[in-house]
Amino acid sequence: MIALLRRDLILAIRAGGGFGLGLAFFLILVVLVPFGVGPSQAMLAAIAPGILWIGALLSCLLSLDRIFQLDYEDGTLDILATSPMPLEALATIKALAHWITTGLPLTLTAPFLGILLNLPWEANIWLIASLALGTPALSALGTFGAALTVGLKRGGLLISLLVLPLYVPTLIFGAETVRRGAEGLPATTPLMLLAGITAGTLAILPFATAAALRANLR
Amino acid sequence: MEFSVEGLACRRGELRVLEGVGFTLTPGEAVILRGPNGAGKTTLLRCLAGLTPPLEGKMSFSPDDVAYAGHLDGLKAQLTGAENLRFWAAIYGSDQIDTAVAQFDLEGLLDRQAQHMSAGQKRRLALARLMLTGRKIWALDEPTVSLDTQNVARFARCVESHLATGGSAIIATHIDLGLPNARVLDVGPFKASAASDQLDPFLEDMI
Repeated sequence: MIALLRRDLILAIRAGGGFGLGLAFFLILVVLVPFGVGPSQAMLAAIAPGILWIGALLSCLLSLDRIFQLDYEDGTLDILATSPMPLEALATIKALAHWITTGLPLTLTAPFLGILLNLPWEANIWLIASLALGTPALSALGTFGAALTVGLKRGGLLISLLVLPLYVPTLIFGAETVRRGAEGLPATTPLMLLAGITAGTLAILPFATAAALRANLR
Repeated sequence: MEFSVEGLACRRGELRVLEGVGFTLTPGEAVILRGPNGAGKTTLLRCLAGLTPPLEGKMSFSPDDVAYAGHLDGLKAQLTGAENLRFWAAIYGSDQIDTAVAQFDLEGLLDRQAQHMSAGQKRRLALARLMLTGRKIWALDEPTVSLDTQNVARFARCVESHLATGGSAIIATHIDLGLPNARVLDVGPFKASAASDQLDPFLEDMI
Protein backbone atom coordinates (compact mmCIF):
# COMPACT_ATOMS: atom_id res chain seq x y z
CA MET A 1 0.00 0.00 0.00
CA ILE A 2 2.86 2.35 0.81
CA ALA A 3 4.35 1.35 -2.54
CA LEU A 4 1.18 2.44 -4.34
CA LEU A 5 1.10 5.76 -2.49
CA ARG A 6 4.76 6.36 -3.29
CA ARG A 7 4.23 5.47 -6.93
CA ASP A 8 1.24 7.82 -7.25
CA LEU A 9 3.15 10.69 -5.66
CA ILE A 10 6.18 10.11 -7.91
CA LEU A 11 3.92 10.00 -10.96
CA ALA A 12 2.24 13.22 -9.86
CA ILE A 13 5.58 15.03 -9.64
CA ARG A 14 7.11 13.71 -12.88
CA ALA A 15 6.39 15.31 -16.24
CA GLY A 16 2.71 15.31 -17.15
CA GLY A 17 1.67 14.24 -13.68
CA GLY A 18 -0.57 17.20 -13.04
CA PHE A 19 0.82 18.14 -9.64
CA GLY A 20 0.32 21.85 -9.10
CA LEU A 21 -2.50 22.09 -11.62
CA GLY A 22 -5.10 22.56 -8.90
CA LEU A 23 -2.87 24.93 -7.01
CA ALA A 24 -2.26 27.08 -10.10
CA PHE A 25 -5.98 27.20 -10.80
CA PHE A 26 -6.67 28.24 -7.20
CA LEU A 27 -4.06 30.99 -7.45
CA ILE A 28 -5.44 32.29 -10.76
CA LEU A 29 -9.00 32.36 -9.46
CA VAL A 30 -8.10 34.23 -6.29
CA VAL A 31 -5.93 36.72 -8.15
CA LEU A 32 -8.64 37.41 -10.72
CA VAL A 33 -11.56 37.88 -8.32
CA PRO A 34 -10.48 41.36 -7.09
CA PHE A 35 -10.22 42.48 -10.72
CA GLY A 36 -13.67 41.15 -11.40
CA VAL A 37 -15.57 42.51 -8.41
CA GLY A 38 -13.65 45.74 -7.94
CA PRO A 39 -11.23 46.94 -5.28
CA SER A 40 -13.69 47.63 -2.45
CA GLN A 41 -12.01 46.12 0.59
CA ALA A 42 -15.21 45.63 2.55
CA MET A 43 -16.81 43.79 -0.37
CA LEU A 44 -13.76 41.54 -0.83
CA ALA A 45 -13.60 40.68 2.86
CA ALA A 46 -17.28 39.77 2.76
CA ILE A 47 -16.96 37.35 -0.16
CA ALA A 48 -13.49 36.01 0.67
CA PRO A 49 -14.61 32.90 2.66
CA GLY A 50 -16.95 31.80 -0.12
CA ILE A 51 -14.45 32.48 -2.92
CA LEU A 52 -11.64 30.65 -1.14
CA TRP A 53 -13.80 27.61 -0.51
CA ILE A 54 -15.28 27.54 -4.02
CA GLY A 55 -11.78 27.89 -5.43
CA ALA A 56 -10.53 24.98 -3.34
CA LEU A 57 -13.48 22.87 -4.41
CA LEU A 58 -13.08 23.60 -8.13
CA SER A 59 -9.36 22.95 -8.09
CA CYS A 60 -10.01 19.59 -6.43
CA LEU A 61 -12.40 18.80 -9.24
CA LEU A 62 -9.79 19.52 -11.94
CA SER A 63 -7.64 16.48 -11.32
CA LEU A 64 -10.34 13.94 -10.48
CA ASP A 65 -10.56 12.26 -13.85
CA ARG A 66 -6.89 11.29 -13.64
CA ILE A 67 -7.30 9.27 -10.44
CA PHE A 68 -8.25 5.98 -12.10
CA GLN A 69 -8.35 6.80 -15.81
CA LEU A 70 -4.59 6.63 -16.41
CA ASP A 71 -4.28 3.31 -14.57
CA TYR A 72 -7.27 2.01 -16.51
CA GLU A 73 -5.86 2.97 -19.89
CA ASP A 74 -2.48 1.30 -19.44
CA GLY A 75 -3.88 -1.88 -17.86
CA THR A 76 -2.51 -1.24 -14.37
CA LEU A 77 -5.98 -1.14 -12.87
CA ASP A 78 -6.80 -4.67 -14.08
CA ILE A 79 -3.61 -5.97 -12.52
CA LEU A 80 -4.15 -4.06 -9.28
CA ALA A 81 -7.67 -5.46 -9.10
CA THR A 82 -6.28 -9.00 -9.34
CA SER A 83 -3.40 -8.29 -6.92
CA PRO A 84 -3.46 -9.20 -3.21
CA MET A 85 -4.42 -5.64 -2.34
CA PRO A 86 -8.17 -5.22 -1.63
CA LEU A 87 -9.94 -2.68 -3.83
CA GLU A 88 -11.05 -0.85 -0.69
CA ALA A 89 -7.40 -0.24 0.18
CA LEU A 90 -6.76 0.85 -3.39
CA ALA A 91 -9.62 3.36 -3.12
CA THR A 92 -8.31 4.71 0.19
CA ILE A 93 -4.75 5.10 -1.09
CA LYS A 94 -5.93 6.77 -4.29
CA ALA A 95 -7.98 9.28 -2.28
CA LEU A 96 -5.04 9.89 0.04
CA ALA A 97 -2.67 10.47 -2.87
CA HIS A 98 -5.18 12.88 -4.43
CA TRP A 99 -5.47 14.75 -1.15
CA ILE A 100 -1.70 15.03 -0.71
CA THR A 101 -1.32 16.43 -4.22
CA THR A 102 -4.29 18.83 -4.12
CA GLY A 103 -5.99 19.27 -0.74
CA LEU A 104 -2.85 19.61 1.33
CA PRO A 105 -1.12 22.27 -0.84
CA LEU A 106 -4.41 24.19 -1.00
CA THR A 107 -4.72 24.16 2.78
CA LEU A 108 -1.17 25.40 3.22
CA THR A 109 -1.35 28.19 0.63
CA ALA A 110 -4.89 29.43 1.31
CA PRO A 111 -3.89 31.85 4.13
CA PHE A 112 -1.50 33.67 1.78
CA LEU A 113 -4.14 33.93 -0.89
CA GLY A 114 -6.56 35.15 1.76
CA ILE A 115 -4.45 38.31 1.96
CA LEU A 116 -5.29 39.07 -1.68
CA LEU A 117 -8.98 38.93 -0.79
CA ASN A 118 -8.56 41.03 2.35
CA LEU A 119 -9.63 38.14 4.57
CA PRO A 120 -9.30 39.28 8.21
CA TRP A 121 -6.13 37.86 9.73
CA GLU A 122 -7.91 36.20 12.65
CA ALA A 123 -10.01 34.14 10.20
CA ASN A 124 -6.92 32.33 8.93
CA ILE A 125 -6.88 29.80 11.71
CA TRP A 126 -10.48 28.88 10.77
CA LEU A 127 -9.60 28.81 7.09
CA ILE A 128 -6.75 26.37 7.66
CA ALA A 129 -8.80 24.25 10.05
CA SER A 130 -11.82 24.07 7.76
CA LEU A 131 -9.74 23.24 4.67
CA ALA A 132 -7.69 20.66 6.57
CA LEU A 133 -10.86 18.98 7.82
CA GLY A 134 -12.94 19.46 4.67
CA THR A 135 -10.64 18.69 1.73
CA PRO A 136 -10.19 14.98 2.63
CA ALA A 137 -13.94 14.60 2.07
CA LEU A 138 -13.56 16.31 -1.32
CA SER A 139 -10.86 13.80 -2.31
CA ALA A 140 -12.84 10.78 -1.07
CA LEU A 141 -16.02 11.87 -2.86
CA GLY A 142 -14.04 12.68 -5.98
CA THR A 143 -12.40 9.26 -5.96
CA PHE A 144 -15.85 7.73 -5.84
CA GLY A 145 -16.95 9.83 -8.82
CA ALA A 146 -13.80 8.82 -10.69
CA ALA A 147 -14.50 5.14 -9.99
CA LEU A 148 -18.05 5.48 -11.34
CA THR A 149 -16.81 6.88 -14.65
CA VAL A 150 -13.61 4.90 -15.01
CA GLY A 151 -14.49 3.10 -18.24
CA LEU A 152 -15.63 6.22 -20.07
CA LYS A 153 -13.43 8.12 -22.44
CA ARG A 154 -13.22 11.78 -21.41
CA GLY A 155 -15.50 11.26 -18.43
CA GLY A 156 -14.46 14.57 -16.85
CA LEU A 157 -17.74 16.34 -17.44
CA LEU A 158 -19.73 13.45 -16.03
CA ILE A 159 -17.53 13.30 -12.93
CA SER A 160 -18.18 17.00 -12.30
CA LEU A 161 -21.93 16.55 -12.63
CA LEU A 162 -21.92 13.51 -10.34
CA VAL A 163 -19.62 14.90 -7.70
CA LEU A 164 -20.60 18.57 -7.42
CA PRO A 165 -23.92 17.93 -5.64
CA LEU A 166 -22.07 15.74 -3.16
CA TYR A 167 -19.64 18.59 -2.49
CA VAL A 168 -22.39 21.00 -1.45
CA PRO A 169 -22.59 20.12 2.29
CA THR A 170 -18.81 20.38 2.63
CA LEU A 171 -18.86 23.74 0.87
CA ILE A 172 -21.68 25.11 3.03
CA PHE A 173 -20.12 24.21 6.36
CA GLY A 174 -16.56 24.99 5.24
CA ALA A 175 -17.40 28.48 4.01
CA GLU A 176 -19.67 29.08 7.01
CA THR A 177 -16.82 28.25 9.40
CA VAL A 178 -14.56 30.81 7.74
CA ARG A 179 -17.30 33.45 7.52
CA ARG A 180 -18.03 33.17 11.23
CA GLY A 181 -14.33 33.21 12.00
CA ALA A 182 -13.91 36.37 9.92
CA GLU A 183 -16.76 38.12 11.74
CA GLY A 184 -15.47 37.10 15.14
CA LEU A 185 -18.42 34.80 15.86
CA PRO A 186 -18.01 31.36 17.44
CA ALA A 187 -17.26 29.00 14.54
CA THR A 188 -16.88 25.66 16.27
CA THR A 189 -20.34 24.35 15.38
CA PRO A 190 -20.00 24.44 11.56
CA LEU A 191 -16.43 23.16 11.95
CA MET A 192 -17.65 20.16 13.95
CA LEU A 193 -20.35 19.46 11.38
CA LEU A 194 -17.73 19.68 8.65
CA ALA A 195 -15.53 17.23 10.51
CA GLY A 196 -18.53 14.95 10.92
CA ILE A 197 -19.22 14.98 7.17
CA THR A 198 -15.59 14.17 6.48
CA ALA A 199 -15.47 11.36 9.03
CA GLY A 200 -18.64 9.80 7.62
CA THR A 201 -17.39 10.17 4.06
CA LEU A 202 -14.04 8.58 4.83
CA ALA A 203 -15.75 5.67 6.57
CA ILE A 204 -18.25 4.85 3.81
CA LEU A 205 -16.84 6.00 0.48
CA PRO A 206 -13.91 3.55 0.07
CA PHE A 207 -16.43 0.69 0.04
CA ALA A 208 -18.65 2.47 -2.49
CA THR A 209 -15.59 3.27 -4.60
CA ALA A 210 -14.46 -0.36 -4.57
CA ALA A 211 -17.95 -1.53 -5.56
CA ALA A 212 -18.04 0.95 -8.43
CA LEU A 213 -14.61 -0.21 -9.63
CA ARG A 214 -15.70 -3.85 -9.52
CA ALA A 215 -18.76 -3.08 -11.62
CA ASN A 216 -16.76 -1.06 -14.12
CA LEU A 217 -13.98 -3.60 -14.64
CA ARG A 218 -16.40 -6.31 -15.76
CA MET B 1 -3.33 -30.23 -6.40
CA GLU B 2 -5.46 -30.28 -9.48
CA PHE B 3 -7.43 -27.24 -10.57
CA SER B 4 -10.73 -27.67 -12.31
CA VAL B 5 -13.40 -25.56 -13.92
CA GLU B 6 -16.94 -26.83 -14.36
CA GLY B 7 -19.89 -25.52 -16.33
CA LEU B 8 -18.57 -21.99 -16.34
CA ALA B 9 -20.61 -19.28 -18.10
CA CYS B 10 -18.87 -15.97 -18.68
CA ARG B 11 -20.02 -12.63 -19.91
CA ARG B 12 -18.47 -9.65 -21.54
CA GLY B 13 -20.34 -6.46 -20.69
CA GLU B 14 -23.99 -7.45 -20.93
CA LEU B 15 -23.36 -10.19 -23.47
CA ARG B 16 -23.24 -13.84 -22.49
CA VAL B 17 -20.24 -15.11 -24.44
CA LEU B 18 -19.35 -18.56 -23.13
CA GLU B 19 -21.21 -21.31 -21.37
CA GLY B 20 -20.51 -24.82 -20.20
CA VAL B 21 -16.75 -24.31 -20.08
CA GLY B 22 -15.05 -27.17 -18.27
CA PHE B 23 -11.47 -28.36 -18.05
CA THR B 24 -8.92 -29.56 -15.54
CA LEU B 25 -5.44 -28.28 -15.01
CA THR B 26 -2.83 -30.46 -13.36
CA PRO B 27 0.30 -28.92 -11.88
CA GLY B 28 3.05 -28.72 -14.44
CA GLU B 29 0.61 -28.53 -17.32
CA ALA B 30 -0.25 -25.72 -19.69
CA VAL B 31 -3.53 -25.25 -21.50
CA ILE B 32 -3.38 -23.39 -24.78
CA LEU B 33 -6.64 -21.61 -25.62
CA ARG B 34 -7.47 -21.58 -29.29
CA GLY B 35 -10.35 -20.09 -31.17
CA PRO B 36 -11.09 -17.46 -33.80
CA ASN B 37 -11.16 -13.76 -32.90
CA GLY B 38 -14.14 -13.00 -30.72
CA ALA B 39 -14.54 -16.59 -29.56
CA GLY B 40 -14.22 -15.55 -25.92
CA LYS B 41 -10.60 -16.32 -25.01
CA THR B 42 -10.06 -12.99 -23.29
CA THR B 43 -13.46 -13.23 -21.61
CA LEU B 44 -12.59 -16.65 -20.19
CA LEU B 45 -9.21 -15.48 -18.91
CA ARG B 46 -10.70 -12.37 -17.25
CA CYS B 47 -13.31 -14.59 -15.65
CA LEU B 48 -10.68 -16.99 -14.30
CA ALA B 49 -8.68 -14.07 -12.92
CA GLY B 50 -11.75 -12.83 -11.04
CA LEU B 51 -12.18 -9.60 -12.99
CA THR B 52 -15.62 -10.68 -14.18
CA PRO B 53 -17.56 -12.92 -11.82
CA PRO B 54 -18.87 -16.02 -13.63
CA LEU B 55 -22.60 -16.19 -14.35
CA GLU B 56 -22.76 -19.91 -13.63
CA GLY B 57 -20.50 -22.78 -12.80
CA LYS B 58 -17.67 -23.19 -10.38
CA MET B 59 -13.91 -23.04 -10.21
CA SER B 60 -11.94 -25.15 -7.75
CA PHE B 61 -9.44 -22.35 -7.20
CA SER B 62 -9.72 -18.80 -5.99
CA PRO B 63 -8.89 -15.85 -8.26
CA ASP B 64 -6.09 -15.16 -5.78
CA ASP B 65 -4.24 -18.17 -7.23
CA VAL B 66 -4.25 -16.60 -10.68
CA ALA B 67 -1.75 -14.15 -12.12
CA TYR B 68 -3.35 -12.32 -15.02
CA ALA B 69 -1.56 -10.63 -17.90
CA GLY B 70 -3.77 -9.05 -20.52
CA HIS B 71 -3.27 -7.16 -23.77
CA LEU B 72 -2.09 -4.08 -21.94
CA ASP B 73 1.32 -4.07 -20.32
CA GLY B 74 0.36 -2.35 -17.07
CA LEU B 75 3.50 -0.21 -17.08
CA LYS B 76 3.75 3.41 -16.04
CA ALA B 77 5.29 5.42 -18.87
CA GLN B 78 7.02 7.91 -16.55
CA LEU B 79 8.62 5.26 -14.36
CA THR B 80 11.83 3.43 -15.21
CA GLY B 81 11.97 -0.32 -15.72
CA ALA B 82 13.39 -0.84 -12.26
CA GLU B 83 10.74 1.38 -10.64
CA ASN B 84 7.97 -0.49 -12.42
CA LEU B 85 9.34 -3.86 -11.29
CA ARG B 86 9.95 -2.69 -7.72
CA PHE B 87 6.39 -1.41 -7.52
CA TRP B 88 4.91 -4.75 -8.56
CA ALA B 89 7.33 -6.64 -6.32
CA ALA B 90 6.14 -4.55 -3.36
CA ILE B 91 2.49 -5.15 -4.26
CA TYR B 92 3.01 -8.91 -4.43
CA GLY B 93 5.54 -9.00 -1.59
CA SER B 94 8.15 -10.64 -3.80
CA ASP B 95 11.96 -10.65 -3.72
CA GLN B 96 12.38 -12.27 -7.14
CA ILE B 97 13.26 -9.12 -9.11
CA ASP B 98 16.78 -10.30 -9.94
CA THR B 99 15.52 -13.64 -11.25
CA ALA B 100 12.92 -11.90 -13.39
CA VAL B 101 15.48 -9.43 -14.74
CA ALA B 102 17.85 -12.25 -15.66
CA GLN B 103 15.11 -14.37 -17.25
CA PHE B 104 13.97 -11.64 -19.62
CA ASP B 105 17.35 -9.95 -20.09
CA LEU B 106 16.10 -6.62 -18.73
CA GLU B 107 19.43 -5.37 -17.36
CA GLY B 108 19.72 -2.64 -19.98
CA LEU B 109 16.17 -1.40 -19.47
CA LEU B 110 16.23 -0.84 -15.72
CA ASP B 111 17.22 2.82 -15.91
CA ARG B 112 15.10 3.70 -18.90
CA GLN B 113 11.62 5.18 -18.59
CA ALA B 114 8.93 2.92 -20.02
CA GLN B 115 7.80 5.65 -22.44
CA HIS B 116 11.16 5.34 -24.22
CA MET B 117 10.97 1.57 -24.66
CA SER B 118 9.87 -0.31 -27.76
CA ALA B 119 6.67 -2.37 -27.69
CA GLY B 120 8.64 -5.61 -27.38
CA GLN B 121 10.75 -4.27 -24.53
CA LYS B 122 7.65 -3.18 -22.66
CA ARG B 123 6.10 -6.57 -23.20
CA ARG B 124 9.15 -8.28 -21.70
CA LEU B 125 8.92 -6.05 -18.68
CA ALA B 126 5.21 -6.87 -18.36
CA LEU B 127 5.91 -10.61 -18.57
CA ALA B 128 8.67 -10.33 -15.98
CA ARG B 129 5.96 -9.17 -13.58
CA LEU B 130 4.46 -12.67 -13.69
CA MET B 131 7.52 -14.05 -11.98
CA LEU B 132 6.98 -11.59 -9.12
CA THR B 133 3.42 -12.68 -8.43
CA GLY B 134 4.37 -16.04 -6.92
CA ARG B 135 1.00 -17.41 -8.04
CA LYS B 136 0.27 -20.96 -9.18
CA ILE B 137 -1.80 -20.32 -12.27
CA TRP B 138 -0.75 -17.92 -14.99
CA ALA B 139 -3.62 -16.67 -17.15
CA LEU B 140 -1.98 -15.05 -20.17
CA ASP B 141 -3.72 -13.27 -23.00
CA GLU B 142 -1.62 -13.18 -26.19
CA PRO B 143 1.63 -12.92 -24.23
CA THR B 144 3.90 -13.06 -27.28
CA VAL B 145 2.49 -10.04 -29.11
CA SER B 146 5.37 -7.85 -30.36
CA LEU B 147 8.07 -10.27 -29.13
CA ASP B 148 10.78 -11.36 -31.57
CA THR B 149 11.61 -15.07 -32.01
CA GLN B 150 14.48 -14.96 -29.53
CA ASN B 151 12.27 -13.45 -26.84
CA VAL B 152 9.41 -15.83 -27.62
CA ALA B 153 11.87 -18.64 -26.85
CA ARG B 154 12.92 -16.82 -23.69
CA PHE B 155 9.30 -16.52 -22.65
CA ALA B 156 8.66 -20.21 -23.42
CA ARG B 157 11.59 -21.17 -21.17
CA CYS B 158 10.14 -18.97 -18.44
CA VAL B 159 6.78 -20.74 -18.70
CA GLU B 160 8.55 -24.11 -18.72
CA SER B 161 10.40 -23.35 -15.51
CA HIS B 162 7.14 -22.15 -13.96
CA LEU B 163 5.52 -25.47 -14.94
CA ALA B 164 8.54 -27.40 -13.68
CA THR B 165 8.03 -25.94 -10.20
CA GLY B 166 4.46 -27.21 -10.09
CA GLY B 167 2.71 -24.20 -11.58
CA SER B 168 0.11 -24.18 -14.32
CA ALA B 169 -0.64 -21.85 -17.18
CA ILE B 170 -3.59 -21.01 -19.36
CA ILE B 171 -2.37 -19.21 -22.43
CA ALA B 172 -4.39 -17.72 -25.27
CA THR B 173 -2.06 -17.62 -28.23
CA HIS B 174 -2.08 -18.19 -31.98
CA ILE B 175 1.54 -19.30 -32.26
CA ASP B 176 3.23 -22.52 -31.24
CA LEU B 177 5.28 -21.97 -28.09
CA GLY B 178 6.83 -25.43 -28.26
CA LEU B 179 5.86 -26.28 -24.69
CA PRO B 180 6.28 -30.00 -24.04
CA ASN B 181 3.46 -30.28 -21.55
CA ALA B 182 0.74 -28.37 -23.35
CA ARG B 183 -2.82 -29.28 -24.20
CA VAL B 184 -4.95 -27.37 -26.67
CA LEU B 185 -8.42 -26.28 -25.64
CA ASP B 186 -10.67 -24.98 -28.39
CA VAL B 187 -13.01 -22.30 -27.05
CA GLY B 188 -15.31 -22.54 -30.09
CA PRO B 189 -17.67 -25.29 -28.80
CA PHE B 190 -18.41 -23.30 -25.63
CA LYS B 191 -19.95 -20.36 -27.48
CA ALA B 192 -23.15 -19.27 -25.77
CA SER B 193 -26.28 -19.97 -27.80
CA ALA B 194 -27.93 -16.92 -29.34
CA ALA B 195 -31.14 -17.47 -27.38
CA SER B 196 -29.44 -16.76 -24.08
CA ASP B 197 -27.67 -13.63 -25.31
CA GLN B 198 -29.88 -11.29 -23.34
CA LEU B 199 -28.86 -11.18 -19.70
CA ASP B 200 -31.03 -8.70 -18.01
CA PRO B 201 -34.68 -9.69 -17.42
CA PHE B 202 -35.47 -6.02 -16.75
CA LEU B 203 -34.13 -5.05 -20.17
CA GLU B 204 -36.04 -7.91 -21.77
CA ASP B 205 -39.26 -6.61 -20.26
CA MET B 206 -38.50 -3.14 -21.54
CA ILE B 207 -38.15 -4.41 -25.09
